[in-house]
Amino acid sequence: MIPTNYFLILSVVLFVLGAIAFFVKRDLVTQFMSIEIMLNAANLAFITLARSANSADGQIIVFFIITVAAAEAAIGLAIILLIFRQKKTIKSEDIKLMKG
Amino acid sequence: MTEIFWLIPFIPAASTLILAVFGKKLPKKYVSFQACFAVFASFVISAISAVGLLQTAHGNYPLVKNLFSWIQAGSFQVNLSLMFDPLSAVMALVVSGVGFIIHVYSVGYMADDEGYTRYFTYLNLFTFSMLILVMASNLVLMFVGWEGVGLCSYLLIGFWFEKHSAANAGKKAFIVNRIGDTGFLLGILFIFIHIGSAEFTAINEAISGGAISVGLATLIAILLFVGATGKSAQIPLYVWLPDAMEGPTPVSALIHAATMVTAGVYMVCRMNLLYTLSETAAQVVALVGAITAVYAATMALTQNDIKRVLAYSTISQIGYMFIGCGVGAYAAGMFHLYTHAFFKSLLFLAAGSIMHALSGEINMKKMGGLRKYLPLTYPTFLIGAIAIAGVPFFSGFFSKDAILTRAFAQGQYSAFYYFIWGLGIMGAVLTALYMFRLVFLTFHGEERLDPEVKKHIHESPKVMTIPLVILAFFSVGAGYIGLPVVLGKKLNFFGKFLEPVIKEVKEVHLSIQTEWMLIAIATFVAFLGIFIAYVFYIRSPLIPRNLATRFPTIYKLMFNKYYVDEIYNAVFVKPTIKWSKIIYDNFDLKVIDGAVNGTATATGFAGKILSYFQSGLIKDYGLIFLLGVIIFLAYLLF
Amino acid sequence: MNLPILSLITFLPLAGAVLLIFIHRDRKNLLRFLSLGIAIITFIFSLTLYFNFNDQIPDPQFVEKADWLGYGINYHIGIDGISLFLILLTTFLMPIIILSSWTYIQKRVKEYLIFMLILQTGIIGVFVALNLFLFYVFWEAMLIPMYFLIGVWGGPRRIYATLKYVLFTMFGSLLMLVAIFFLYSMYYKATGVYSFNLFDYYNLILNPNIQIWLFLAFALSFAIKIPLFPFHTWLPDAHVEAPTGASVILAAVLLKMGAYGFLRFALPLFPDAVMKFLPYLAALSLIGIIYGGLMALIQKDAKSLVAYSSISHMGLIMLAIFALNTEAMEGAIYQMLNHGLSTGALFLIVGILYERSHTRMINDYGGVSKQMPVFSAFFLICMLSSVGLPGLNGFIGEILCIFGIFKANKLLAILGISTVILAAGYLLWMFQRIMQGPIKNEKILSFKDINKREIGYLVPIVIMMFWMGIYPKPFLSKMESSVTHLLNRVNKREIYFTKSQKDKDFLLEIEPKTTEEKNEEKEDKFR
Repeated sequence: MIPTNYFLILSVVLFVLGAIAFFVKRDLVTQFMSIEIMLNAANLAFITLARSANSADGQIIVFFIITVAAAEAAIGLAIILLIFRQKKTIKSEDIKLMKG
Repeated sequence: MTEIFWLIPFIPAASTLILAVFGKKLPKKYVSFQACFAVFASFVISAISAVGLLQTAHGNYPLVKNLFSWIQAGSFQVNLSLMFDPLSAVMALVVSGVGFIIHVYSVGYMADDEGYTRYFTYLNLFTFSMLILVMASNLVLMFVGWEGVGLCSYLLIGFWFEKHSAANAGKKAFIVNRIGDTGFLLGILFIFIHIGSAEFTAINEAISGGAISVGLATLIAILLFVGATGKSAQIPLYVWLPDAMEGPTPVSALIHAATMVTAGVYMVCRMNLLYTLSETAAQVVALVGAITAVYAATMALTQNDIKRVLAYSTISQIGYMFIGCGVGAYAAGMFHLYTHAFFKSLLFLAAGSIMHALSGEINMKKMGGLRKYLPLTYPTFLIGAIAIAGVPFFSGFFSKDAILTRAFAQGQYSAFYYFIWGLGIMGAVLTALYMFRLVFLTFHGEERLDPEVKKHIHESPKVMTIPLVILAFFSVGAGYIGLPVVLGKKLNFFGKFLEPVIKEVKEVHLSIQTEWMLIAIATFVAFLGIFIAYVFYIRSPLIPRNLATRFPTIYKLMFNKYYVDEIYNAVFVKPTIKWSKIIYDNFDLKVIDGAVNGTATATGFAGKILSYFQSGLIKDYGLIFLLGVIIFLAYLLF
Repeated sequence: MNLPILSLITFLPLAGAVLLIFIHRDRKNLLRFLSLGIAIITFIFSLTLYFNFNDQIPDPQFVEKADWLGYGINYHIGIDGISLFLILLTTFLMPIIILSSWTYIQKRVKEYLIFMLILQTGIIGVFVALNLFLFYVFWEAMLIPMYFLIGVWGGPRRIYATLKYVLFTMFGSLLMLVAIFFLYSMYYKATGVYSFNLFDYYNLILNPNIQIWLFLAFALSFAIKIPLFPFHTWLPDAHVEAPTGASVILAAVLLKMGAYGFLRFALPLFPDAVMKFLPYLAALSLIGIIYGGLMALIQKDAKSLVAYSSISHMGLIMLAIFALNTEAMEGAIYQMLNHGLSTGALFLIVGILYERSHTRMINDYGGVSKQMPVFSAFFLICMLSSVGLPGLNGFIGEILCIFGIFKANKLLAILGISTVILAAGYLLWMFQRIMQGPIKNEKILSFKDINKREIGYLVPIVIMMFWMGIYPKPFLSKMESSVTHLLNRVNKREIYFTKSQKDKDFLLEIEPKTTEEKNEEKEDKFR
């Protein structure tokens, strides 16, 4: 039996990697992927704790997140594609339409 | 028949309404017919009602007709009710009688004016308002008439509104009157608060019942008198009347000589119990009247505009009426009002006739020797002048003598009244002087006419001259219903008629010798004035010119009307405008609006600063988010 | 009465607005006639209110109650002698406004009419609402159409003006909202019942110290609306920029809402605070009278002049309200109607001139009377009504106000009476500069006298002016009992002012409900 902590540590490592990638990388697709990694890190934590607490709640949330992430991925990529068509760039620094 | 007395004001009202709504479509002839007829009908009903009054027993006064309850709110209860007693009767007869004659005269005078219908509409409206004023049974309704005649005066002075001067004069009249009216209104409010009603009967009962202290009576009486100084053009609010001569001449005759301007006198007589109660107020009335009488007469001396001379003369004569009221001779004051209505409207109408003949010329310097061109206007004008100068056997003599005799008699109580009498005598000399100056400069002496004017000179049409003759007849005869008491009390029919309304409290007796002496003095001063005028303006015309050069300051002061208009302008009008502008520019726009706009700017500025945090970069948002999470976690854990 | 007449009057204009949405924007005349028809029908319905109104009952009549959102948020409407006439004034003026905009508004006619009708629903809603939440909804809802009316159809500085107007009003009403919720929570604490019902709040007897804050919140909101000095600067801007129709409704009705708010809410809810602030409020009103008059004297813009004259007149109305006696209060309500008529008419008149020459500057006119004699007569009458000439409506209101003020405080009345002189000054001067004198320029020579449509909408106003001046009884008698009732409510509580012993408690007492009210409640449940 692998200890629960290992899974949690893996989850934290994945999350931190994702966060770092989000801030370091410049193009939107990579940033988007790093967000997916963070989501999956959360999924891992949920499922681990659900298993150890022996409850179905966590697992339900995981399914929920997976569906939402799938939808989100589709829409997000579509948006990025549209941005690229209009601006000919997907560098996140070049996109600041919402500047106040 | 007397029950229908309440119709008196409403016939002109109906006529006004018809003219105002359908006037444009009606033929000119019908318009004038209807307007004159309405006033004539009022006159007939007034006469019938007045005769009815004579026949009823004394106790049955006044006739009151309550039309409906007008304003009703809490303790403020005012009825729209009219009344008819001897005092109202005199006024109603004068207003409708003289009014009718002037309406007829206007038919000729205004014949070629394009505002013909408008003119008669206003004139009927005036008659209505004036009749409401004199027949109101309470002060509030009287105030309605009071302001109503002010409005008509405004409209008629500014009748030829294309002229700046006319429009200005109308506005000035209205505003100056309004200043007086606020005093009047305050007086009404005081009465209402302390008596609980504005009905004259209730007021008189309260005063006789001692419900009002002398101090309060003084306050109220003086406030009401402020209104009277506005309407009746007394010091200090007389300034509008000379300017009012911008209006058509018949209007000057009717409104600014015979009727409206005497409303103040009527009001004081109506409230005579109040003025009897407060001696201070009565003395104020007498003093203002006396000073105005002399002061206005001096200004009349130097004017060259024929209508302005008559305007100052009106101010002066109304001063006499107020002397009468102030010394307790209310009946005599009313008597002078009544005679004055005839001879002053005669003088104005005759002046109008002169202007008509001379293509609108009003400057006396460009007249002279008109006697032979105007065979009817000249004698009628002369009769008016003699009447106003106070020559015996003419109406003005009787009324003026009655006032001055009473003033002298009051001297028994206080030397103050001798002073008033002295001023009165002085005014009498001046009256005769300026009137005959007017006569001599206009009708006698050398002709100074413009040749162009002279070509078209003609006597006025009959519709204008007949009213002159009628008025001339009354200017002579009107005085005989109020002969001096010395000839027998019964002969003072006028005084007796008014007795039920005017309660003369103080009995004053003069010996017969004194009375005759006073009559002699009055006669003497009248002739003195005429003689001086004769010397100055016929015999040796150089004297007045020399006087003018020798005393340039006095002459200039009098010629420029003591600069009162200029002073009022500089003290009241200009600073108000100037300071309003300063306040508007600096306070309204800068302080208040500045604060408002400042708040808006500050909010905008704060927004701008905060907007720096909104870089639009997704990474910045992520970082802030992350920081937030860390802080939140730190807070939760530690 | 089974017909929900009051709701009908309130929402008929809104229904009309919805109807207009389905009509094509190019059919301008159809739109105009339809909205005119709706406005006239609303007016006719509102007349039935007058005829069925029982002047013996001081409490609200034509009451309608229905559940809405729960938690005390009910649909509860009704009118008394005070709101009756303000509703009539609104419904009376609306057809006139639509007629006056017939040719004046050329762009976006459809939207203009829709906003006007929505505005009417909002205004009537404010006057009928007896539930504070409902009142607040209408109070704010009314702002939206007004915002667009000024912002879209206004003059060159319309955006500034409309923002200023909306922000000013919002600022005040937000504080009022807080105060309303405070009252709500206190009522709940005291009784355990959720209620926004105004009459429930009337029974609250609040600690005077807390009243002060609540009163200030309410009073500020209303004072801005009136507007009392020194919250008035939005008014001239809004008036100057607004199209004629909006100016008329703004001057005639919207300003009255502030005064109405004082009568309906601020005075009866917080009587002790009123007593405390009376001198200050009276002073502000008095300053407003004189200040407004002086400012009006020097305005170069005709609309701005009338706007400042409104400030002056509203000052007199407020001073009369603060005199707290029957005569003044009735005079104030009467004067509100008068002011609605005469100032509304003056804006219409300036609008007529503006339509001919597209300038509002007084100096661009001169001698117009010569070209437009009929118009001149109407102008004169409306001006004199505003001046307060006896025989016209303004006099009755003014003399009652001044009499009431005089009864309360002689000095205030003497100073307040200056309005009589000032009003004559600025209005006559304006009349002289625009209408009299020689014809100033060639443009004026091309002016046409007013046409039948214009006469058509001025005549009813003039008739009302004469009627209200000569026979005011039908108006005064209907408001008397409501006014006395209101004053009783204010004066009865004066005694508690001295009883502020329990400073910590917000609520001192709650009055027991009268049996009548209880019966009414039972009936409600029964239904």
